[in-house]
This record gives sequence, structure tokens and C-alpha cells, in this order.
Amino acid sequence: MPREKDLPKRASRDPKRSGDDLRVIGAARRRVDSRGKVTGQPIYADDISLPRMAHCKLLRSPHPHARIRSIDTSRASAHPGVYLVLTGKDMPIEYGILPVSQDETALATDHVRHVGDPVAAVIAREELTAFEALDLIDVDYEVLATISSPEEALATPEPRLHTYGEEGNIHKRVSFEFGDVNVGFAEADEVFEDLFFYQGSTHLAMEQHASVAAKDRDGKLTLWTSTQVPHYLHRSLAKVLGMPTGHIRVIATPCGGGFGGKSDPMNHELIVSKAALMLDRPVKISLTREEVFYCHRGRHPVLMKFKAGVKKDGTLTALDLQTLVDGGGYGSFGVASTFYTGALQTTAYHLPRYKFRACRTFTNKPPCGPKRGHGTPQPRFGQEVQMDKIAERLNIDPAELRLRTAVKPNELTANFLQLGTVGLSECIERVVAMSGWKDKFRKLPEGRGVGLACSCYLTGAGLSIYWNQMPHSGILLKLDRGGGVTLQAGTTEIGQGSDDVLSAIVAEILGINTADIRVYSGDTDLGPVDLGSYSSRVTLMAGNAAVQAAERAKAMLAEVVAERLEVPPEYLVFANNHVFDPGAAEKKLTFPEAICLAEAKFGTIGTAGSYWPPKMPAAKYKGGGVGTSPTYTYSAAIVEVEVDPNTGWLRVVNVWNTHDLGRALNPTLALGQVEGSIYMGLGEALMEEQDFRRLPKKLSHALVHKAPSMLDYKSLTSLDMPPVYTEFVEGPDPRGPFGAKEVGQGPMLPIAPAVANAVFDAVGVRIDEVPITPEKILKALAEKKAGRAPRFGPKHFPQIQWPEPLRVPPPWEGGDGRAINDTPKPPKPAAKVEKVLSR
Amino acid sequence: MMRLPMFDLRAPRTTDEAARILAGEGANAMLLAGGTDLLPNMKRRQQVPRTLVSLRNIGTLKQSQFNPAGARLGACVTLTEIAEDPRFRNGYSALWQAAAQVATSHIRNMATLGGNICLDTRCSYYDQNYEWRKSISFCMKKDGEVCWTAPGSERCMAVSSTDTAPALIALGARVLLRSGAEVREVLLSDLYQNDGMNYMLRQPGEIVEEVRLPALHGWKSAYWKLRRRGSFDFPVMSVAAAARLSPAGVVEEARIVLGAVASRPLPADEAAKSLVGRPLTEETIAEAAAQAARLAKPLDNTDFDMSWRKKVTTAFVTYALRDLRGDDMTSVNLSLGRHIL
Amino acid sequence: MATQPVEAQKTAHIRIDLNGEMTDVSFAPYKTLLEVLREDLGHTGTKHGCELGECGACAVILDGKPVLSCLVLAQECDGRKVVTIEGLTADGQLHPLQEAFGDHGGSQCGYCTPGMIVTAKALLDQNPNPTHEQIREALSGNLCRCTGYLQIFDAVENAIVEISKRNAAAK
Repeated sequence: MPREKDLPKRASRDPKRSGDDLRVIGAARRRVDSRGKVTGQPIYADDISLPRMAHCKLLRSPHPHARIRSIDTSRASAHPGVYLVLTGKDMPIEYGILPVSQDETALATDHVRHVGDPVAAVIAREELTAFEALDLIDVDYEVLATISSPEEALATPEPRLHTYGEEGNIHKRVSFEFGDVNVGFAEADEVFEDLFFYQGSTHLAMEQHASVAAKDRDGKLTLWTSTQVPHYLHRSLAKVLGMPTGHIRVIATPCGGGFGGKSDPMNHELIVSKAALMLDRPVKISLTREEVFYCHRGRHPVLMKFKAGVKKDGTLTALDLQTLVDGGGYGSFGVASTFYTGALQTTAYHLPRYKFRACRTFTNKPPCGPKRGHGTPQPRFGQEVQMDKIAERLNIDPAELRLRTAVKPNELTANFLQLGTVGLSECIERVVAMSGWKDKFRKLPEGRGVGLACSCYLTGAGLSIYWNQMPHSGILLKLDRGGGVTLQAGTTEIGQGSDDVLSAIVAEILGINTADIRVYSGDTDLGPVDLGSYSSRVTLMAGNAAVQAAERAKAMLAEVVAERLEVPPEYLVFANNHVFDPGAAEKKLTFPEAICLAEAKFGTIGTAGSYWPPKMPAAKYKGGGVGTSPTYTYSAAIVEVEVDPNTGWLRVVNVWNTHDLGRALNPTLALGQVEGSIYMGLGEALMEEQDFRRLPKKLSHALVHKAPSMLDYKSLTSLDMPPVYTEFVEGPDPRGPFGAKEVGQGPMLPIAPAVANAVFDAVGVRIDEVPITPEKILKALAEKKAGRAPRFGPKHFPQIQWPEPLRVPPPWEGGDGRAINDTPKPPKPAAKVEKVLSR
Repeated sequence: MMRLPMFDLRAPRTTDEAARILAGEGANAMLLAGGTDLLPNMKRRQQVPRTLVSLRNIGTLKQSQFNPAGARLGACVTLTEIAEDPRFRNGYSALWQAAAQVATSHIRNMATLGGNICLDTRCSYYDQNYEWRKSISFCMKKDGEVCWTAPGSERCMAVSSTDTAPALIALGARVLLRSGAEVREVLLSDLYQNDGMNYMLRQPGEIVEEVRLPALHGWKSAYWKLRRRGSFDFPVMSVAAAARLSPAGVVEEARIVLGAVASRPLPADEAAKSLVGRPLTEETIAEAAAQAARLAKPLDNTDFDMSWRKKVTTAFVTYALRDLRGDDMTSVNLSLGRHIL
Repeated sequence: MATQPVEAQKTAHIRIDLNGEMTDVSFAPYKTLLEVLREDLGHTGTKHGCELGECGACAVILDGKPVLSCLVLAQECDGRKVVTIEGLTADGQLHPLQEAFGDHGGSQCGYCTPGMIVTAKALLDQNPNPTHEQIREALSGNLCRCTGYLQIFDAVENAIVEISKRNAAAK
């Protein structure tokens, strides 16, 4: 039978795992929500249809940069079937995901900052009617100068996109020095200076954003929406609508893909909410694919200058990194993203001295924000390609170079990040072994090559987006007399499997099956606050909260069962839907019996669990909170490519990778996260570009998205995806639930640099930017042929007026995590209760 | 969700009737075959016909006949039917390769040969939503005045993006056009002109009824397509080559056609002529490839860098001629298309 | 009294075989099969990611072949047979493809899944024993942003084994 011979190939990429006698955790399981997913049953936001529901369409700016002189909506309002037309003056309160950049309004009040910026909303009986009526709105614009790139933004302080920020069109500059890098460069045997560029890209979730808002029977508001962050959205709604959060319910509908693209409160979510309240009828919006490109919040394009000092043996002596970040028209997560373009350069390889300066500019393009890997894939690309260049020059195998310099477990880094478990060396050793690296590297025929790269990523951001002392995650459990368990969480299931992982944790602790648990997640009324599905935080943070809630329930049950069975509670085992004493077979109750006993004694059985990240005492300097995390994951990847020297055509032949994830709670899901990350990494490495077209300046001020469609924005099809071989490196981390660390983002990071390094191995040219396309390879080959530097990449990094760096001596120079040149600031109030929440 | 504009749908049962409706409605009516080109254009408001004349119910358009004189293909034969028919795979290989590489299997199940021949020319400034086009003040192909691809140009530079037409032209195809009771037969090549707006010399009211392929009699053919991904993408440069070889392997007659580098499929007659009377050696292939590539003038209105598209034209002509010669092209195929066709 | 806008008038009518059930529906004539399925027939299992034929999320089986419902005029479907994701379960049992997508991680966010599964079903209906390459090719018109496709291939290959086991057992 032909199927059989295919099976070993499949089996060979089954991650090898270490296991123990856990029953649910670690077993490859069908996820708890899979039945719905394969039957078409889940109701995504656009699947919702409510009686009397109206439809909303947005009129968007056709100009990249303009002032609005006036808007006349009268013709649209009079159009048959139109119920309401909204403009900026109807909801002028500013909002934004970060407290430091509340720079958006739901509809432009007087200033549009990119093509696609919403200006007015039409709500009508039919979506087609609303669309037709958009053309009946007359907007008088005063066109302003177009700022299309960070370089142009630096050179063009006026007109400003925003009146806040550093100055001109510079949104944010950061500058740090951890130890004197000049000392490091003086100690070095070789100094490497390299420029890299990492192109922007977008999430391209299959589901286009959609939302439905409705006024409830009691006059309150419910918003169903495709979001990763119901809690932050909840806060923004309260602010913009001027309503207490208690009168607003946000329900995160099943999310058809997020990847960071649904992590901001979005203008359309606020607009339909406002319209539903005004019209007293449900209002839906379902964005077109082009509009999703305008929401964006994707990967920032980043220009980077890496200067590294190394000893002959490969020891790093110093790194000086400058990044120039193209932010687009709004702040979004950009301040955090800016920090992330350098925060994690210390967490993979031991770096004794580190200088990092970053600058984010405003440009007339849709705002950039967090996409899988948030701000870190760009400098990871630069660092890993530079490591490959260092290895080449020093004549050290790139794997060996990394093994020599890999950070150690529990290390405190130069910038005061406290590492946890570190599986980097094992990741490298295993990926080298499984790929046959030693037989391939510099040994394959011309046109074939392999490249290696590694990475490190957070398991949840250490800080909340807004300052508060409350937990980052909460879980409520209710135990029913019949044995059913209800789990209420604020977490958002965006496809990653958080509902399943939380169920598994509770099932493991209570000795029941995931099938006996019902999960309600992503609903601000039903679940306690969870900050959202971003920064790879849910498994660890909500998972630990679930551990706590389940352990509390278990303790109550154990107490009553111990009394009944007359055994000490610590003898009891919860497994197979029973509570029993393994030493005495007859001493046994069923799980429902145990609940009934407990309910008789304590009353209703409900428990809560919470999670706060460990206090971050190490980094005390301003900005030191970005990059902190309960623990970090490590990945290593080797990519094999084939390059046609005649055309530059590039094909990825194989990918091998290892990921240090602590423990795979459900290996099927973990593998899906790894392979999905690699897929997305390959997309960015090879073809994905959020790129813009500037029409000739003499003729037009237009600056338009080059490819705002699924056809023109190139993402890998099933035919473009190479075979991937994965092994998990499991070493339970005490900070994670059952030892688990993140798996959804880290494995993406080494892919692009591994491709670049493989191209060098194949044809001897460096492509110092992504995407790595055949055109660039062919140009670099032509340079090589002409005897010039065999390279394609940026050639110039602009002069930037950097502020004096905050000088923070690293731990090994006696630093205590404080900057020695910071101006003292007043201490923060000890326990400032969140204003909105307390209303 | 993107919505179609309002329209009237007419569903004639004969080509006569269809032609009559077309004649009556004039420029307000358009033919609807597979819909995979027209309906997206309507959703983006690039084409807004008041009347759609569906060809779905005209049985004669779905028929194909093979006889010693060649093949007659109804205009509404689907691309899947061509891709799955061994008579194409093993005979009119270029057409098979072209049809099998159009878009995706779903699209091929819907799209028709006639539709692909008439495929609207494509351009990055034109194949965009209404709102996007508004933000560049539109272009001359629809609602505007300038050709943004070449702002000085008098004519529209949109790109002929049909896969099947270059293959059919290389195979010497003729098409049957019907207008009312009148029928005319022309060489497919003569139906096109190098103008992105008026790329077809099809009269208003004319229906492409049938494609006629001459008998093979020793002709071999191949079609090679450049696109970024293994599926979905339109060609951004393609080469169809056909040649009649003597038993000794000498080229007796040849045709080379470049796709997606102009507003029409571009016959490279001189290049083809250079092969005649000579065997297909690496030298003759290289000579023809260089000559053909000189014609390619790709512009910056498709995927990929235009100068790179120009540069690799030589390679693609070479692939097509080697394929036609009978070389094993598996590895190139795998590399370019990421799968074996 | 406001007049009903013309866009809202359900003047078109078709009768189709929807998942084995004869179904009548009236709808606004500009609508595609996708819109009528989702909005007029309550079959929201079929998704949309672009409405331009560029993603495959809206795939349904029409007269035995997978097509994109966003590019089919509903008016042209009268008398035809439509199978959507809702039509795959039979007698309360999941189709082996659905079981396998569940077991092998073939579905993450679930949004491409309906189109992916009906496309795979159409493939297996036509060719019960496709090669790995044929599966990759058949699914190359369905974009997925979560999985990187590999677990989807696993799922289809496992479903094939399961279907052949069931068929053997039935004989």
C-alpha cells in the first residue's frame, strides 16, 4: 500500500521528547476546540447576524498626508438605506495601545496620516448601500508634504505628523550603554561593522477584521470582535465612549489568526460601538482585505548598523548597535518595538559590553506594531548574519562559535535581564546532529548551501502595557456536582491552542479529562482579566494562574476526601476521574463524589488563580522593563538552499530546527506553533513585503501600498513550503506551568538569517537584507564577478542626533541595574489603582 | 466583504442569442464565462458592466473535437479539462503546461479557455480597489488620464497576462469569432495588439466561439512560466516555444512567443527563424534565446524587478527550447515551480 | 416611510441541492454563492479572506469540483449541487478528514479549515490514493497562515489511511 512508505517521512519529523508519567500534559492530544474548527461551527465575528443589524463602511483618506478643511456628509445621509454618517467630531477622544502614545482617533478629526486613514463612517441597511454612499461624502483636503521613509522623516521636521514625540518627525529615541564599548573594541582582535535592512511585513491573518456591536437590554454595550486583546480594547472603549468598563462587554470571537495584527484597539471597533449606541441597533463591520493592510501594526522596517568586537577565539568583547525604525503614521506599540530592536541582543551570546541606540520615525504609512517576534527578528537577523561573517573570518565553524559564546542558565545579562533555563547549547548540538551539518557546511556542490542561526525569545513580557500592580492573568474555576468543571479565563484563543492548554493543566491537576472541562475565554464579563494573547505570555502566565486555581480546588477536595477515607490528604492521588490512596485500593472516591462532599462542607466550589510575573529587581534603569520576562526560550535552525547562479533563483530545500520550550504541554500544538513560525519566518525571508509605491514627486504626492491583496502580497503556498524537521529540547523551567516556556514566536527568529547564511554557503554572496530575492542574489553575484564586495544590502546609515546614553555598568563591573547618569525622578506612587477600572 | 455592483444577468442558450444581446447592449454588456477574471474586476470597480451575458448555458461552447486536421476547442472548455486531458498533455504540451499552471486548481475548475484568451491586461496601478485607484487619481485604463507605469506614454502599458495565449499562438491557433450570424476565423496572434486598453481586436458584439489548433504532424511544444510562488500567481514573464523537427532533429519550422512582457503576447519571429534548418544544440538555443530576450521590455508594473525579468528571459527561452528538445527538465521544474508539473 | 433600497431587494431565486437537501432561497441578485450561503442560508462555515479568488477560504464543492464561492454568481447555481463544510458530517459522525485534521493539528485558527477540508475531500473523491505531491498540489489554492501546511498534509495522509481501512472493513 503506497501510504505506508510515506509514513516514516512523517514520523521522522515527529519531535523527540522527554516524558514522564503525566497523563494529560505532554500527550499529543486533539485540541479541545477541534470539533468546531473542522465542522465550520464556530461563529467568527463576521458570521454573526443579529436582528435589525446594520452595516458599516469607512471612508478612508486617499491622501498620504493632509489636513481636513471640511467634510460634508449631507448627500450620503440622504441616500436611501443610510441610517447614520459619523465623522471625527462624533468621537474625538484620543486613544492608543500604549499610555505614552494616545495618538489615534477613531475617525480623523483634522489630520490624515496615511492612505487608508479613516475619515468618516456610513452605517446603512446593506453593506453595498454603505459602500456606494461613501462616494457621496465630500471631503475638502489640504494636501501636506508626503514623508515616505525614515530618512525623509529625519530630514523633514515639518510638517509634523504628530505634535508629541521627540522632535520633528522623530517619535522616539533611546540610547543606552552597558559598559564602555570602546574598551571592548580596544580589546578586540577584530572589529566587524555591518549594515542590515529588514523589510516590513504584515500578519495577513486569513480572517479579515470584523466586529459587531449591540446595545444590550439593559442599555449596556456588547462588542463581539476579532481581537487578541479584549482587556486593552475594553479600556479604550471606556475611554473613547466615556462609559465605565462595567457597562461594556467585549467578547473576543473565535479569531481567524492574529500574529500580533489584532493586538491594538482598532478604530473600526470603536466606530461600530459608537454607532450601535447611537442607532440603538446592532452594527457590523467586516473589513476588506485592503483595509486590513491599512490596519497593519505589522513588522517595522528597520535599518541596522552592527559594530562588534571579537577575540580570535570568537569571544565577543563589545557590540554597538544602532537601529532606525520606520514607524508609519501612529504610535501603536512602537515605543516598545523600538526598545525591542536591541533589548535581546544580550540574551543569546555572552556580551560583556553593549551600546544600543534606536530611533523610531513617523512616516505617512499605516502604523507598524507587533508582529510575531515583535521588534526582535530584525536585529536577530543582523546579529546572526554577522556571527556567520565572524565565523567565516575567524575560520571557526558557525555552530562552534555559537557554542563557545552561548549564555549560561540563570545568567544576568549586561542589560540586566534575568535568564532562566537556557537550552541554547543543546539546541545547537542537536540541530547540527540531525541535519548532518558537518557533512554539508562548505562541502555541498556550488549552488547548494546550508546556513545556521539561533535565537532567543521572551515567555511573556515582564511588564503590563499600563502601570499597575495587579495580576497579568486570572483564572476562575467552578466545580459542578456532576463532575463538570467550568474554566473562565480572560485569555484569547487565537488558534494557538490556549483553551486546550489551560484545560490540560486543570485536567492534569484534578485527575480528569479535558473533555470534562468547559472553557469560557475572551469575554470581559465572564473571565477575570488577562492582558491578552501577545508576547508569548498565555501558556506561562494564564497557565500558572490555572495551576493555582486548580491546586486550590484540589486542596478543598483533598481535605474532604481525606476525612472521608481517613487517610492523610497528602497521600491522595487525583487521576482517572477518581481521588484515591494508591496504597489502598478500596480507599477511593469518584471525582463527582469528591465535589459533592466538598460542596456540602464548603458551599459552592469555585476557586481563583492569579499570576504576577516575578518582580523585576534587576533592571532599575529607565526603559529596563522592556525585554524582561519570567524566562526565555532558545531555538536553533539550519536551512538548506539551492541557488541558480544563472538567475539567482532561490529554493529552500530543507529546514531543521530545535526549540527549547521547557516542556511541550500538547506536542501536536507545540509542533504546529514551531512549523507555523518557520513558515512565517520563511515568508519574511523570501517574499513577504509591506512595501509602498511613491509616484513621481513632480506629478503626485501619492504614496500607496504596493500590494494590498492576497495575490500581490506574497505568502508561501503549500507548494512553497519545504520539509521541516523538528526536535523539542525539553528541560522543564521552574517558572513555567509544568515547566513550559513559549513556543509560538521563538522558532521564527532564526529562519531569515539561516537562509541568508545558507545563500552565502551556496554561492558565496551576502544578502544583508530581507526578503532575500533572486534579483538581489543576482545583483550580488554580479558584484562578485566584477571583483567588488560580494554583497547586496544597505550601504549607508544616516547620521542621527543621539541623546547622551544612559550609562548602566553591567553586573560584572559592579553595576546594580541603575544608570549612573540618570536624572533622579520622583518615586512612583506605591499602589496607584487604575482609574478606569475603579469607576 | 467586497460586493459586486448591481447588474442584470442574461443567460442565452445559443451563441446567436448571446451575440444579439451583446449587439443590443453595446458597451454596457460583457460576457461572463468562468468569472474568475471579470468578477474580481467588477468587485474592484475596474469593469462595471450593466449587463452580464452568461455563456454557461450554451452547450456548444463546452465541446471539444479532435480529428486528423487538428483540434477544435469550445471557448468554454475549462482549464481543468485541458489540464487533465492526455491529448493535450501528450500532444499540445505547451497548451497543457500553460493551462495546468494557471492560478490554482479551484480557478482552473471555473476558468475557461476563451476567458483566458480574453483575460484583461494587468498592471499594479490598475488591478486595485476603487479606493486605492482613487488615491493615485486613477489611471488611463479606467477613470483616469495618466499611465503611471510610464507617465509620458500615450498608451496604456498594462501587461498581457494570459498563460494560454502564448502557448496557443506558438501552436498556430486560430479562433472563430461570431457576431450575430457572421463568423470570422483569424489567427489568434492577429487578434492582439500592443495596447493595454485595446489589447484585442475583437469587435464589440463579437464572441470568441472556438479555438482551432492545427494537427501536430511532428510539432513539439513547451511553455515556461515565471512567477514567484508555486501557485496563484499570474505569469510575469513566460515563454511558449513550438517547433517541427525532422526525424534527424533539424528544425523545419519554429515559433517562439513571449508572454507578460508587453500588452500582447509577443511573437519572437526572428529568434524562431534562427533555428530553422539547424538542430537544437546548446549554441542554436543560446542564439535564439538571446535574440528573443532582446524583444522583452518588461516594465515596473508586475511582481519582480523589471530589469531582472528582462535578464532572465534568456534563461526561460532556453528552458522552453530544451524542454521541447526532450531534455529532462525535472530539476529546473522543481526549483522554479516547487513541484513537478 | 423610507423606500427599500434596491440593493436589499431579494428578487433572485434559486433552488439548489445544498449538502443533500433541496433548498430554495431568494436573495439580492448581485450576490455571489458565498454571500448567499453565509447571509441568506445561514451556512457561515464557508469563510472568506479576500473575495477576489486569491486565498481559497471560500472553497465549496460545486457539482463535484472545488470552486471559489466568492467568484460564482448565486444566480448561476440554480439546479446545481453544492457541498459545504457543513455537509461533511454524516449521522453525527465526523468525516475522516475532519477527524484527522483534529488529531494532527491540521487546524489552528480554523479559518482556512473549511475551504481546506472541502478541497481535500474533492481530491479524495476523485483520487482516493493521492501521492504526497498530489496533496501539496491539490491544496495549493488554499492559503493557511498558521500551520505552514505540514500538519495539514499529515492530516490528509492519515485520513487516506483511515478511509482505506474503513473501506476494507466494509468489504
